[in-house]
Amino acid sequence: MARRLTPWRWVVLGLAALYFLVPLAASVIFTVDVPGQGLTFDAYTKILTADGFLSSLVLSLELALATIAVVLLLMVPAVVALRLGSPRLRPVVEVVCSLPLVVPPIAFVAGIATVLKWGPEHLSRTPLFETFVAIQNPDFPVVLVLAYVVMALPFVYRALDAGLRAIDVRTLVEAARSCGASWPQALVRAVLPNLRGALLNASFLTLALVLGEFTVSHLLGYTPFAVWIYNVGGEQAQMSVAVSVLSLLVTWALLLALAGAGGRNRSASSRG
Amino acid sequence: MTTALPRADVAPVASAKRRRRAPGWLAVAPLLVFTAVAFGLPALAIVNGAFSADDATTGASHYTGANVTASLQGPYLTALLGSVKLSAISAALGALLGLPLAQAVVSSRSRWLREAVLTASGVLANFGGVPLAFAFVATLGNAGVLTVHLGLKDSGWNLYSFWGLVLVYLYFLIPLMVLTITPALDGLRTQWREAALNNGANGVQYWRHVALPVLAPSLLGGLVLLFGSAFAAYATAAAMVGSAVPLVTLQIADALSGNVLVGQENVALALSLDMVLVAGLVMAVYLPLQRRSARWLDA
Repeated sequence: MARRLTPWRWVVLGLAALYFLVPLAASVIFTVDVPGQGLTFDAYTKILTADGFLSSLVLSLELALATIAVVLLLMVPAVVALRLGSPRLRPVVEVVCSLPLVVPPIAFVAGIATVLKWGPEHLSRTPLFETFVAIQNPDFPVVLVLAYVVMALPFVYRALDAGLRAIDVRTLVEAARSCGASWPQALVRAVLPNLRGALLNASFLTLALVLGEFTVSHLLGYTPFAVWIYNVGGEQAQMSVAVSVLSLLVTWALLLALAGAGGRNRSASSRG
Repeated sequence: MTTALPRADVAPVASAKRRRRAPGWLAVAPLLVFTAVAFGLPALAIVNGAFSADDATTGASHYTGANVTASLQGPYLTALLGSVKLSAISAALGALLGLPLAQAVVSSRSRWLREAVLTASGVLANFGGVPLAFAFVATLGNAGVLTVHLGLKDSGWNLYSFWGLVLVYLYFLIPLMVLTITPALDGLRTQWREAALNNGANGVQYWRHVALPVLAPSLLGGLVLLFGSAFAAYATAAAMVGSAVPLVTLQIADALSGNVLVGQENVALALSLDMVLVAGLVMAVYLPLQRRSARWLDA
């Protein structure tokens, strides 16, 4: 039975490989085989010194770290509490974490831009106005962190919920409490080490989301990594494609590193 | 186990219960407050803006249905319908092409192939946005490698078109379908196929009467998810076609950045509200389907 299906399967896999690999291969060829210049690696060597590359990448990484920190600080206690003693809150949290899926990023940013305009229009005499200015600081736009945390909620909730389903939180916490641990101690020293895989998973998804995010930051006028690639594309086609290829490779490497860390998870958790 | 439990309960039960209630609310409260501000305010702004207009002379704003009406007329309606058409076609193609790919991977029973394809799908499903657009421009754009080497231009190929966008969207929609449908395909028992074949069914009949009905909720759920994903996509289209293809996301961006008439911000908010309604409809269909397919697979 299975043998009769084999040719069909290889045709499907072959076509899929063709469709998914050709654009990548062609992109690499496009960056190194420049018409009129022959084979050149200029597109790659010039990236590091390109205007705005480092600053935009650093901004994206800072935003990613801040987003991961905030989203985990908000979500971990909440989902652990759902498991421990507040199952009645579960639908509330579930709905809150699914709401961002209903509002596409472009609609979300339209809303954010409107709220930000309330600052100068209605609040210019109040202390709140200072807050509005502060969160829009171009060196570190906190408003983007707020938006990214909201956009990451569905993924982080799903990752953490799956991780918690695999362990018996109640027993862990009760064991820790009966050994004299306080609530924060029980959470940090007993529950979190067992959640390592889920925490890494959630962090990776958030990192990928922030590094690739374009819609919100572009329309609010900031220049993190994805917006920089977009801006470069206008003038230096080769370099923008080179950076696109590299960003895919980096994402891939991160995912593989995550898979590796997840594999080591079991031996590591026995230590904690 | 049983001897350890009483010892854990030595502490007075009542006080332990009281202490456990407090952390529940306390732990969830920051999340709720945060979403109320960071998500609630913009959502409120969308609804408020969509139904209000500034008076040109006095500057006072009043409530009106004009923006929503305008968002469902003329070029805005064209863009909205364009988005729906693009998302529906790419979602249908993505589901149609993703299913055989997932089935080929699942039925191969090769651990290596499965891991490789699922990992790749996880990466590619998130590989939307600007980099994806540029990779395709380098491949099939006007100066793209394939366009030049295969002379596609003479045969009328144009990446910056409706079907060009469909081709690019499939690059993240097919992996998304593979990720969504693989657990459902894993749930198909070999025994069902054997039973069908023993009763004289052929392969086609097995798929039509056994496999597809079992897969139907997952398939539909995947289709709806793909539609939502394509519908919300903005970066890829913006980086690739500019405004050559009318899409609602591009219209909202244009209106927001003041590329069109001043005072169109409220129409942009009305368009956003239209999008939220469509996306809400998508989720209202998707969530029950997902729950249904989850029940099948657990059973």
